[in-house]
Amino acid sequence: MQNPENSAPLLEVENLSVEFHTDGGVVHAVSGVDITLAPGEVRGLVGESGSGKSVTSLAVLGLLGTRRARITSGRILFRGTDLLRIPERELRGLRGSHIGMVSQNALSALDPSFPIGAQLVEVIRRHQGVDRAAARKLALESLELVRLPDAPRRLRAYPHELSGGQRQRVVIALALACRPELLLADEPTTALDATVQKQILDLLLRLNDELGTAVLLVTHDFGVVSHVCDSVTVMRRGKVLEQGVAKDVLRDPQHPYTQALVKAVPRLHLSESERAVPRQQRRLHEFSEVMASVGEAS
Amino acid sequence: MTSRYEQVLVVRDLRKVFGNPTSGVVAVDDVSFDIARGQTWGLIGESGSGKTTTGRMILGLEPATAGSVDFDGNEIVRARPKTLQALRRRMRMVFQDSGSAFNPRRPVGDQITYGLQRYGIASGAEARARTVALVERVGLEAAHLDRYVHEFSGGQRQRLGIARALITDPDFVVLDEPTAALDVSVQAQVLNLLKDLQAERGLTLLLVTHHLALVEHMCDHAGVLEHGRLVESGPVDRLLTDPRTETTRALLDAVLEPTA
Repeated sequence: MQNPENSAPLLEVENLSVEFHTDGGVVHAVSGVDITLAPGEVRGLVGESGSGKSVTSLAVLGLLGTRRARITSGRILFRGTDLLRIPERELRGLRGSHIGMVSQNALSALDPSFPIGAQLVEVIRRHQGVDRAAARKLALESLELVRLPDAPRRLRAYPHELSGGQRQRVVIALALACRPELLLADEPTTALDATVQKQILDLLLRLNDELGTAVLLVTHDFGVVSHVCDSVTVMRRGKVLEQGVAKDVLRDPQHPYTQALVKAVPRLHLSESERAVPRQQRRLHEFSEVMASVGEAS
Repeated sequence: MTSRYEQVLVVRDLRKVFGNPTSGVVAVDDVSFDIARGQTWGLIGESGSGKTTTGRMILGLEPATAGSVDFDGNEIVRARPKTLQALRRRMRMVFQDSGSAFNPRRPVGDQITYGLQRYGIASGAEARARTVALVERVGLEAAHLDRYVHEFSGGQRQRLGIARALITDPDFVVLDEPTAALDVSVQAQVLNLLKDLQAERGLTLLLVTHHLALVEHMCDHAGVLEHGRLVESGPVDRLLTDPRTETTRALLDAVLEPTA
């Protein structure tokens, strides 16, 4: 992890607002969101379903469908360039080479009908303009970087021949093949088993450390934030409620919503006093109760 | 007559092989455990460990290759379809995604009430009254009964799924990842509701999950499945504080908590 202070920001989302036009009317999915990411920083973008966290990350990638979604205000500055004001062709050049993406569903990010090596080679050639032999070498390096076992042979493997964790490693290799400065990871481990989740998160941390890639990690899971993030932005109903150093926000959340949400996560290893209560009478902290106890309506 | 330690469920050498019985894939490999009346047993495992298949075999929803399941004196594995149908009134299931277990084209109320008609428990006004009472007990309103499943939030759908399972007044319920699809802010409500209903109705529960913290909060005993084998089982407090197998230790190590 790098120090997020005293360097020019890599990404600045300023006053971003996004609305969706649906049959039921206009939905304000994101309202006046500000997020800053320094080079090398790992920031968690946390919220529940409908909080606007994924819409925010899609806006950064310029991947909001244009028909129904409309960006009504704001700027998205990547190294000082406003991504909302550049032509699609230029944006496409940035995506992949300078901004990588990892989504929840690795299977949908990979083409089922091509070997993973060919997919890596295509991405590398498109963005780096190297010849096929050089691209193959870089593809192999990428797979070795993400510690895919038996990488040289796996270049010829099809996505369905890999396990879920291996596929997510390939997607990360694909996203990082051109050594982007920024990686957007939207729930990258949500579909994985807990033991595999930990391996993939540790891989992201190692790559952040080795390559200096900044990561904007979209997640609903405070456990994931605690494990990998330097900083955190908490969203609810399209607005940023709170942001700061991850450790501080988790230990001493300022906003009642964050307090309630952190407290509502079922914890392993009960305290002595909790254990003293017979199991039938033990109750989990309910979000609405915690909200009520701090005088907020949930 | 029902002693406190009576076993409601006795599972012995339960086995499931998909494909050829000698060369096929062994999904569940000679699993044995007991659940005492009124208790909650946690079946822990990662994807592909065989935990859902085990739960389905126990309910007779999936034929077992070998072994036995004794539910309150009734053999499930070799039971005739008719016997099994009758027993299903007393052993029910709550799915991870209750939304997709409801027919989208029919009001949810009819589908909850169906259990009463199916087993000849009640009909007409009485069935309606029982359905309303239960739906209100799980935190919804009578007016919700005429709506369709897409009109409900994830947490509400799970409450509907619980109501549909409990309408026949079962003794035993399998909960398959009942909160895995829910936002954190509603998980605890659903779990506390299940605990309250268990206490009120004396339910015996099998909680199928990968989530160790839920097991600690909900279960009395638990076991860990890996590649279809029950590698370790015991009282939850012992299992999670003094694990005796590498599998359990690895699962514990992988738990990410919000604060260290």
